[in-house]
Amino acid sequence: MKKELITLNINGDDYEIAVYPWRTLNEVLRDQLHLTGTKLGCGTGDCGACTVHIDDQSVSSCLTLAVEVEGHKITTIEGLAPQAVANSELENCELNPIQESFVNKGAIQCGFCTPGMIMSSKFLLDHTPNPSEAEIRAGLSGNLCRCTGYNKIVDAIADAAEKI
Amino acid sequence: MSLPQFTFLMPTSLSEACSLLEEHQGKIKIKAGGTDMIVRLSHRAVKPDFLMALKKIPDLNQISYSPEAGLNIGALALLREVEISPIVLEQAPMLARAARATATVQIRNMGTVMGNVCNASPSADNIPTLVAMNAVIVASSGDQEREIPIDEFFLGPGRSALQANEIATAIKVPKVAAKTGVSYQKISPRSKVDIAAVNIGAMITLDKANKCEAVRISMGAVGPTPLRAKQAEKYLLGKEITDETLAEAGRLAAEDASPITDVRANREYRKLMVEVLTTRALKEASSLAVNY
Repeated sequence: MKKELITLNINGDDYEIAVYPWRTLNEVLRDQLHLTGTKLGCGTGDCGACTVHIDDQSVSSCLTLAVEVEGHKITTIEGLAPQAVANSELENCELNPIQESFVNKGAIQCGFCTPGMIMSSKFLLDHTPNPSEAEIRAGLSGNLCRCTGYNKIVDAIADAAEKI
Repeated sequence: MSLPQFTFLMPTSLSEACSLLEEHQGKIKIKAGGTDMIVRLSHRAVKPDFLMALKKIPDLNQISYSPEAGLNIGALALLREVEISPIVLEQAPMLARAARATATVQIRNMGTVMGNVCNASPSADNIPTLVAMNAVIVASSGDQEREIPIDEFFLGPGRSALQANEIATAIKVPKVAAKTGVSYQKISPRSKVDIAAVNIGAMITLDKANKCEAVRISMGAVGPTPLRAKQAEKYLLGKEITDETLAEAGRLAAEDASPITDVRANREYRKLMVEVLTTRALKEASSLAVNY
């Protein structure tokens, strides 16, 4: 089988890559482009760890074929604070306000769900700038966390909403 | 798990898509949003040689309404689009409620209402309301088009009336009559994300005296296909809408349900919930009907 040559626009950069049509966006991001901020959890669209944005819509990258998103705008967790990714010295980096709130409110424990949580939070706040607690919880319903018990994540999003 | 190998097809017209279906019969699967198909591929539940995506076919994502044609939901209209569409919220808000009750935010941003219908799962969130509202599925074989009444669309779990060379292109929902209300009710072990343990769609039309003139009740996840609550419908015709008649309709609906016991709920609980949710759906639908 032949690989297809495609160009993916990820976080504003164009990547020309050769991929098999059965490769998911998650596989291409992590294994081929080494953008490992996006995680792979369940692989069936239940846990939300793999959440990225396609044209500003939150989607499961594990259920998206890479060849299908050529020509679309792809945003991963690395794209929320590009300078922080480029600059390894933590003191000098500027995080996205949602990331900042997650850090400040202790909404991160093991951290595995965090990229997906933050991408879902971003989608929520893009559409619902002043969410109620119920709206925050509904907005996170596609993301599982086994550490925090969710309360601190809900607090972090409410905190971020006030800043944005 | 990685997906099995397949040749990927992205036709740019309906006729091209239908001829590909014809050409590769038995070896091809269709993908709209992919939220079910990719999982099935990943689990090796299907192993097609060809996977065909519909997303490059123009105009399949349209949502439109006219009093004559009713509501038209294109095959590629996303669950999220139906959930927030001003047209759907105005003409058939319960379809938006059912779309919102489906899966997760991410899945709704990818998956389609038509995909949910065509997978023909007995517990699908979007089916009972469409059955209650007497929807029609438009199927195209490229040069020919036919309309399949939704009552005839589901043949069994995962089996629909679509022919091997047909693509479902749109859902047509007739304009809602005067003094008519609709409701969608769902129960599942988890409040979000979960597949329904029982779901009910109901549409009721009242006459001038607020008696039941017409009613359709569809029950999901309690049989191999969505089931109509025929006894309850028959009972309600001509009846006044009271707590007693609605409770009796719920009881009769439970008689018509034939649920199984599985991980989500056991048979007895499902029967009980059919009764509760049918009564609840009829109550909401009739209270909406009074003022519509």
